[in-house]
Amino acid sequence: MIREITIGQYYDEESVIHRLDPRVKLVATLIYIISIFVVNNIPGYAFVVVFLGICIALSHVPFKFIVKGLKPVMIILFITIAFNMLLTPGEILWKFWILKISREGLKAGATMALRLTLLITGSSLMTLTTTPNNLTDGMERLLRPLTRIRVPVHEIAMMMSIALRFIPILLEETDIIMKAQMARGADFESGNIFRRAKALVPLLVPLFVSAFRRANDLAMAMEARCYRGGEGRTKMKPLKYNGRDYAAYAIVWLFLAGCIVLRIVL
Amino acid sequence: MSMTLEHVNCIYSADTNHSVHALKDICLTINDGEFIGLIGHTGCGKSTLVQHLNGLIRPTDGLITYNGQDIYGKGFNRKELRGHVGLVFQYPEHQLFENDVFSDVCFGPINLGLDRKEVELRAYEALHAVGFPDEDFESSPFEISGGQKRRVAIAGVLAMKPDILILDEPTAGLDPKGREDILELISRLHRENSMTIILVSHSMDDVAGYAERLIVMDHGSIAYDDKPQEVFKNVRELEAMGLALPEVTYIMRTLKRNGYDVDDTLTTIDEAVDAIVSLYKSRHS
Repeated sequence: MIREITIGQYYDEESVIHRLDPRVKLVATLIYIISIFVVNNIPGYAFVVVFLGICIALSHVPFKFIVKGLKPVMIILFITIAFNMLLTPGEILWKFWILKISREGLKAGATMALRLTLLITGSSLMTLTTTPNNLTDGMERLLRPLTRIRVPVHEIAMMMSIALRFIPILLEETDIIMKAQMARGADFESGNIFRRAKALVPLLVPLFVSAFRRANDLAMAMEARCYRGGEGRTKMKPLKYNGRDYAAYAIVWLFLAGCIVLRIVL
Repeated sequence: MSMTLEHVNCIYSADTNHSVHALKDICLTINDGEFIGLIGHTGCGKSTLVQHLNGLIRPTDGLITYNGQDIYGKGFNRKELRGHVGLVFQYPEHQLFENDVFSDVCFGPINLGLDRKEVELRAYEALHAVGFPDEDFESSPFEISGGQKRRVAIAGVLAMKPDILILDEPTAGLDPKGREDILELISRLHRENSMTIILVSHSMDDVAGYAERLIVMDHGSIAYDDKPQEVFKNVRELEAMGLALPEVTYIMRTLKRNGYDVDDTLTTIDEAVDAIVSLYKSRHS
């Protein structure tokens, strides 16, 4: 059940998007996020949706798989819509007791939900098509100028890649521990919120113990191989831009320009 | 108290490009009081299969019944089923969580909804059954040795008084002495309480001496389901699956090949010793 969470997971496939340089994908995602907040009318949103649709089609990641990743954030989405709908003042469409729905609220809720969905889908497309290692490599390279002002970029990137590396491992472990406790009659699915919170103790204790043990082992293994940070370290596979990477840069900048134009013109 | 599986299939990550057909059309009947060895190479689906037996994994397709009742039928209580079909996972670290050993063993019976007295009685009996020393009941389950942890994990399931006890690789990572102890303990539970045992392993040496029935799995299907002696006759096929015969069997086969008149299907050290000694005596008397 817990394995159904697909956010941040890598989906192995052969595609143009997968082959792009991770730096391009990071920058493109950033531009894409900005563009979501630039557009403010229906043609604008349609433009973004079409752009995202083309990217998804190019990535060869099944649409179903991406939608599945949206499920866990549904609750947040619904809460956002509800708050926006009920708490935005304006022309009242429907009223019951202290609950009021205004036209403005409805619009704000719908906009917010659409933006969130686009945001999550777009950024998960990046993680789905980039291996965690590539992702942190790209991040490290993009942030390298910051080392001049003594930001430990390599160390941050290392921590990130370790954290990302451990997500699937810990998810799988959670699944096993849950099953091991269910085999002893534990119940994670029924009861009120307090009982459910209490039921998590037999799950969290072994999970934490194992996470610490793994962290210890990893630290030991790194030390045994004389790891000493980023200074003077070279890469086995240095990142290099190709023709398609420049093309991708051009396309996303054009996309942002298109969004700005749509906002100004309409 | 029997369990049947009819045409059970299990597919992981069905709608992606990395879907795995973990179980392929499994048909199986587990009778009362059997000692079954379930064996197969890593990744052949043994763990997936046993997790189907107590309803932890829902089959993609197929029927599983316990005492004739569909375990996914309407009104069937799977939580209760897990009390009848006890499953001990491979690593005790995945289930130990309490402050002390005794409370940890109490976790299962408490979940069954028993009263305090019965819970403690069962926990006490279970810890005794696995040979855990009384004076260590209060110690932390994180500070005891690997072998002791495994005992506590088994006790944690035994305390629920299951009819069928399934152990997933209970000897993995133990030293020879610890291995022997755990296997002896399992065999005693089978003899004295006539408990149905399913012992999952990838080592023939583990199961050869104890199991009365051997189920060999390969790539998600059942390759053999027979008495150990019968299964061991298929040496080539087993080796092709990445499995080896018990070491003793290899010795007996070598002896036979070199002209000694011994039974080359023996699977336990004791039998082999008897055979060799009697051969020696008959030659030298």
